[in-house]
Amino acid sequence: MAIEATETRPLGKAIKRKEDPRLVRGQGRYLDDIVLPGMLYMALARSPYAHARIKEIRLDQAYQVPGVKAILTGADLEKMNLSWMPTLAGDRQMVLATGKVLFQYQEVAAVVAESRAAAEDAVQLIEIDYEPLAPVVDPYAALKADAPLLREDRDQKDNHIFHWEVGDRKATDDALASSPVVVKEFIRMPRVHPAPVEPCGCIADYQKATGKLTWYVTSQAPHAHRTVLALVSGLPEHMIHVISPDIGGGFGNKVPVYPGYVCSVVMSLQLGRPVKWVETRTENIATTNFARDYHMTAEIGATQEGIVTALKVATIADHGAFDAAADPSKFPAGLFSIVTGSYDFPVAFAEVDGVYTNKAPGGVAYRCSFRVTEASYLIERVMNTLALKLNLDPAEIRRRNFIRSEQFPYQSPLGWTYDSGNYDATLNEALKLVDYEQLRKQQAERRAGGELVGIGISTFTEIVGAGPSNTFDILGIKMFDSCEIRIHPTGKAIARLGTRHQGQGHETTFAQVIADELGMTAADVLIEEGDTDTAPYGLGTYASRSTPTAGGAAALAARRIRQKAIQIAAHLLEVSPDDVEWNGEKFAAKGLESRAVGMSEVALAAYTNLPEGMEPGLEATYYYDPPNLTFPNGAYVAMVAIDRGTGEVKVERFVAVDDCGTVINPMVVDGQVHGGLTEGFGIAFMQEIAYDEDGNNLAPNFMEYLVPTAVEAPHWETGRTVTPSPHHPIGAKGVGESPNVGSPAAFVNAVVDALSPYGVTNVEIPLFPWKVWNVLKELGLTQ
Amino acid sequence: MESRKEDARRMVSVTINGEMRQGLAEPRTLLAYFIRETLGLTGTHVGCDTTSCGACTVLFDGEPVKSCTVLAVQADQHQIDTVEGLETDNVLHPLQQAFWDNHGLQCGFCTPGMLMTSVALLQKNPHPTESEIRHGISGNLCRCTGYVNIVKAITDASHKMQKEPAEV
Repeated sequence: MAIEATETRPLGKAIKRKEDPRLVRGQGRYLDDIVLPGMLYMALARSPYAHARIKEIRLDQAYQVPGVKAILTGADLEKMNLSWMPTLAGDRQMVLATGKVLFQYQEVAAVVAESRAAAEDAVQLIEIDYEPLAPVVDPYAALKADAPLLREDRDQKDNHIFHWEVGDRKATDDALASSPVVVKEFIRMPRVHPAPVEPCGCIADYQKATGKLTWYVTSQAPHAHRTVLALVSGLPEHMIHVISPDIGGGFGNKVPVYPGYVCSVVMSLQLGRPVKWVETRTENIATTNFARDYHMTAEIGATQEGIVTALKVATIADHGAFDAAADPSKFPAGLFSIVTGSYDFPVAFAEVDGVYTNKAPGGVAYRCSFRVTEASYLIERVMNTLALKLNLDPAEIRRRNFIRSEQFPYQSPLGWTYDSGNYDATLNEALKLVDYEQLRKQQAERRAGGELVGIGISTFTEIVGAGPSNTFDILGIKMFDSCEIRIHPTGKAIARLGTRHQGQGHETTFAQVIADELGMTAADVLIEEGDTDTAPYGLGTYASRSTPTAGGAAALAARRIRQKAIQIAAHLLEVSPDDVEWNGEKFAAKGLESRAVGMSEVALAAYTNLPEGMEPGLEATYYYDPPNLTFPNGAYVAMVAIDRGTGEVKVERFVAVDDCGTVINPMVVDGQVHGGLTEGFGIAFMQEIAYDEDGNNLAPNFMEYLVPTAVEAPHWETGRTVTPSPHHPIGAKGVGESPNVGSPAAFVNAVVDALSPYGVTNVEIPLFPWKVWNVLKELGLTQ
Repeated sequence: MESRKEDARRMVSVTINGEMRQGLAEPRTLLAYFIRETLGLTGTHVGCDTTSCGACTVLFDGEPVKSCTVLAVQADQHQIDTVEGLETDNVLHPLQQAFWDNHGLQCGFCTPGMLMTSVALLQKNPHPTESEIRHGISGNLCRCTGYVNIVKAITDASHKMQKEPAEV
């Protein structure tokens, strides 16, 4: 059971969450809970076609609906030079369609009315004539010379977005050519959607009298959104106040800027009244950013003993109609170059080609750090193929190729410096927890009895916590993060950070970090995020970056407080500052342990009894630019059984051992792991945004897009090894995304293991029962 | 211009969390929006509009319903209970306390609906097994917790709620 926030030395303890008392009472303040005086509601008219030319838009009937205040079209925005907006990936995206639409459900017009219902009524009465055009749904078809041109706005007259490559192509080709063993696999990671339970939305509130725009928005990155809005709208940035209230889950979905946001701002500027826009579930799944849609081919070269010699990867990335990924500007394929994973490849080469199709734009990092899930899934799947080829146990192939603990800091062939890890120890812990030997015995017995039982292993390495800012920026904005701490006279504190949590527990965990540095309790430290007028500038919460960046800033800001506090303590103790020691809870006079003062005495003195000439007050701000990323890792083992009658896969065991460095709050870490594993399970077995050949979205709601319920969600067993990050102020690495990054391969490797006696090396996710059943049928294994 | 829909609005009276409240609703107004926007109780959340996610679950005459799929006019003269009514005299309901103690929530958006479903579940079945709990809450989606700690919290609350009468 968790403990209270009044505990001293809280770092590493399972402190109960400080945000929960309001949330269990239904007193969270989410976007749609906010009602402002005179507020209007906005709804969007959307295209039924995936690719069509807009012939005419008639608004007269829609304007007849009582309560309609204004209707906005692309033509109106064009006059304001706002019909297109920049994406966070350096492309541009239509706000409201002009000329033609490029994906089903694309935004075409915006209605603002006195009520939600009136706005929706009017949307139904907007008449739009379309001339349907041939849609391009398949990314490979999009690259053909005779494919219809989707993006007429670009100088480049094809559907190719970018080519990106990393590594040594020639050395890799040579190494593959001379390797005695080469395996090759095509691995598809289909399009999925983060689908937090709360959809996206905003309220734009422009006050003509003050010239100030207050923008309430479901934003994982409120500061970045303020800057983007200033750049797009031309409003002075100090007159934009972004408030990101409680957020009902994000998982990457709430990082980008969406057309609905821009329209509501424009409407509020025009009407001088607050304008609220909240997505429906269909709008959320069908239009705001998807993830993945990576089509990957990998070749691994190896010796007969299974020692890897080279890795070569070629990928087609389907971005839909606009490259609306949220990637650091130098990384159009995100951090996909982590694809060498946990293994010591002497050489490697990876290339990614981005492609436009008539599908919704994206793709965001869904509970992962910029394409790390795709990379991790690929390498963990293809290492499995190598093990099969050499008839080696999947644990053994990994052991033979792990980056050894003495190799850290490890330079990867694709350019990263891994900070730390002890991969053998993490794998051994997982194998011990699951009793791997016994599990293999059980499998052999059950196989002999005719059951289809498989065991899958995934030993992944993530790359999270962007910055450092010399490498990472989004639209030029450097990726650091920040924390400002103020200690009040009575010894209580408020701390504000540039991140914005969406369930990760920052109100508790960052209070623990700061309290631990200052000899306080977590209860005494109030954490605030999400208000750009009060919080210091930061890049937000995604890509597991909060703890590596803002968490570092919190510890270092607290240490700055301590630097001043020690001077005040010396004054109170009547000794020289050199004779004062921080003992972890108090400032003590050296050699006189009984003479000590805590932060509450020091805080009071900072406002009432200062040393001669000292500036009053006790506060500090730290902008932390991490010297490197952090590299969390994990070892996951899954055991599955396949029903021969239905094709249903049952996950019987799942052991997840994570190494995220120093643990701030083990209860929160376990919670993050449970949630991430369940999303990983959904991705492996249930979730896919599929399109038909006409570009119709086949899963635009929770009845078609299946996310796990409590019934499907397996039972999770968790464990931990702790290898602190050597460069992070408290050694923490981040964990929120590891389970989602690492688990899909474990599930699929288990299913492949079950079917490998019949020659199967690969199966394509999501593993719906019908798909598995088809495989069984082909193999003559159905009952 | 005179609105036809304006004319169609009618008064809806409900007993919500023990209190008699009334407000105007169009025939098409969903109960979820009536509770949130007309009565101002925003603890009940809307996550899908299609009866899938369960964030809007409330008790309707003691039965859990997804209030996005009930018309406000259907609730006229009925009893509704929402998350705001769970606490008594500043003491959290055992389920609220158990969700807090067991880290049964993260973003908190599904929590009110999850709590109301759990209240109904424990009323019908005070000693549910893990499987019964999992089936009982299968109409409520949570994207954060993987349900592990929600199941734990409901089990914890069920034990505590059984002890209480004996202590009283």
